[in-house]
Amino acid sequence: MPVDLGELIALYHRPSARTHLVGSPVPEILDALGEEAMDTQQLLDALQRRYALDDADPQALAARLAELESVGLIRRA
Amino acid sequence: MTGRLVVESLRDPARCGAYSSDQWNALIAAARAEQLAGTLAYRLTGLTLPEPVAQIMEDARCSAENGRTLALWEAEAARRALAPLGVPVLLLKGTAFVAAGLKAGVGRAIGDLDILVPRGSLDAVEAALLDAGWEWVKPDPYDDAYYRQWMHELPPLIHRERDRMIDVHHTILPLTARITPDPAAMIADAGALNNGLYVPCPNDLLCHAAAHLFADGELAGGMRNLWDIHCLLEEFGTGELAERSRLHGLSAPVRRAVRLSHRLYGTDVPDAWRGRAVSDALFVHRLLARDGWGRVRPKWVEHVFYLRGHWLRMPPVMLARHLWTKWRKGYRPVG
Amino acid sequence: MRYRTLLKIGPVGFRIGSDWRAPIAALDDLYRDYPRPDSDIADFTVRLFAARWWRRFLRPSVMIGGDYTIPDAAPLPLSMGLLAAEMGMNLQMALGHRRYLLVHASAVERDGRALLMTGMSGAGKSTLAALLTARGWRLMGDEFALIDPETGLVHAFPRLISLKNRAIDEVHSALPGGRVGPMLADTPKGDLRHLVPDARAIEAMMRPATPALLLFPAFGHALAERPVGRAETFVRLTQASTNFVLLGESGFTALSHLVNSVPVRAIDYPDTPGAIALVDRLWETLA
Repeated sequence: MPVDLGELIALYHRPSARTHLVGSPVPEILDALGEEAMDTQQLLDALQRRYALDDADPQALAARLAELESVGLIRRA
Repeated sequence: MTGRLVVESLRDPARCGAYSSDQWNALIAAARAEQLAGTLAYRLTGLTLPEPVAQIMEDARCSAENGRTLALWEAEAARRALAPLGVPVLLLKGTAFVAAGLKAGVGRAIGDLDILVPRGSLDAVEAALLDAGWEWVKPDPYDDAYYRQWMHELPPLIHRERDRMIDVHHTILPLTARITPDPAAMIADAGALNNGLYVPCPNDLLCHAAAHLFADGELAGGMRNLWDIHCLLEEFGTGELAERSRLHGLSAPVRRAVRLSHRLYGTDVPDAWRGRAVSDALFVHRLLARDGWGRVRPKWVEHVFYLRGHWLRMPPVMLARHLWTKWRKGYRPVG
Repeated sequence: MRYRTLLKIGPVGFRIGSDWRAPIAALDDLYRDYPRPDSDIADFTVRLFAARWWRRFLRPSVMIGGDYTIPDAAPLPLSMGLLAAEMGMNLQMALGHRRYLLVHASAVERDGRALLMTGMSGAGKSTLAALLTARGWRLMGDEFALIDPETGLVHAFPRLISLKNRAIDEVHSALPGGRVGPMLADTPKGDLRHLVPDARAIEAMMRPATPALLLFPAFGHALAERPVGRAETFVRLTQASTNFVLLGESGFTALSHLVNSVPVRAIDYPDTPGAIALVDRLWETLA
């Protein structure tokens, strides 16, 4: 369903009928979240396991999550 | 004249099989002007139609589906913004119909999100919405003061990114109107949806629809509002409606709404709810005032109801003052 | 409405009503070789009307209405009634059409494949399209390209081509036999004249084509071309589409497919001969 456009990925979000263009690390975050709820630290750990992050900054991640929440792509459980 | 064609087509879709191309052109233009294209399209599902009409109706159904998705998302966005406040949030009108899966929601065009919250929570609700990306539509201080003091809703808010409006009501008619419904009862007896939002009970949906149709507005969009009422009556009947409408002081509008629904849409209601009042005729004129080009015709009915709309909302002295102030600023009534 | 006409352009049928005879007469004349809508049932209604009854006669000005309207649209003088009708049809498409994904672009076809040119107003999409028809291309449209979400094909929507200012003479030189409408001086966009699509465009208007090249032209710079990334193309096309949002998921799919299957170039050009040569070369190598 996500469409690869080279530098960015296009996502169609069915509940809102909106299209989002996102770049790393958003697709990876959405993928890691999947169906399960996690807290920020769990998510950071999951991302670290999959992607070998050099600087795993919980605050940066929290900021990305807040942005995604404000456009409706994720929500607080 | 075409107003009647729309009403009859909704009431008895099978008769459309005999329509000429002129009638189809007129019906489509009038239905669109009345925001009833989606409703009509669903009513015509399964009938054999001329090819161009079949495609137009398919497009209308898809549009309605898209509109439904957007309306439910707006409701969800409001829910997320207001959930931390812990106050009951009731969906109203079109959004309520689709969220609750009611017949009245089938094919319905939905514009703004309408919600009802307790009056005491208005400040908190306003703050939460502004925080979540909604902003004021009109910055005019006179309108704002008037609104806050007398109207039944906050001044209009629009979401910065999604460009959709939300109307936050604390009661269902302006405080200056002669009729004072009971919002606390509406909230107390509302039904809960799975997501924590609420929908008024069926009799309250009917009372609100009747209030909106007769006691508040200029009757623009009346054909659609009456169709909402017809669908609600078909789905829920008239049990305890008389009592509930008395509670809200809305007996007369509700009785008229049911009479007209039966008269125009053939709603099956008990004999006690049928009949004709002399004044119904003027309302019927207004409801059916649409021609085959989508224009309000005859025009005079529109002017009569514009004045009536204001008169109902405000006592005469206030109306004079309000119109004077508006006139000084250069506003003119539409038409 | 006292005066009226029905006309079909590509897959879209219009019913146009008017308080004055002149705009309808102009439409009937210029679109005389076009068919009527199927079964005479229109997809959209356009109304050209007087705001007040006396505006029919005194300094007559034409308000544009129809099934879909925008509030506060400024009226046009009756001398520009034809332009008002065209704008009215544009409004219906922009606000109400949802059968195809609409991209604000000109489209010309060769051998069953289509060249699309999109971008800002004034970039020359209409002029280039008109000039290409003098060189063997079939005109599909100069305002909207219609993309079928199911098949990805482009469908023709050959309205009267709007030529402005210098382009009027330039195209007349290239197409001396072309039928044109009245000269409309001092419109909001300058001098304007409509060119009627040729017989070939009208005859073929129900034949779709496969999109094969997408160009973003920009007038007024030294001749140049550069590739455009798919993400940038996607964004620019959503800006050029009036109904992308309305179409929901099928719009998304149609646009993604277009972006991922068609080569894209941005071209700058100082004059039209340069542009034409560049277009020919890009078509040869990429399409």
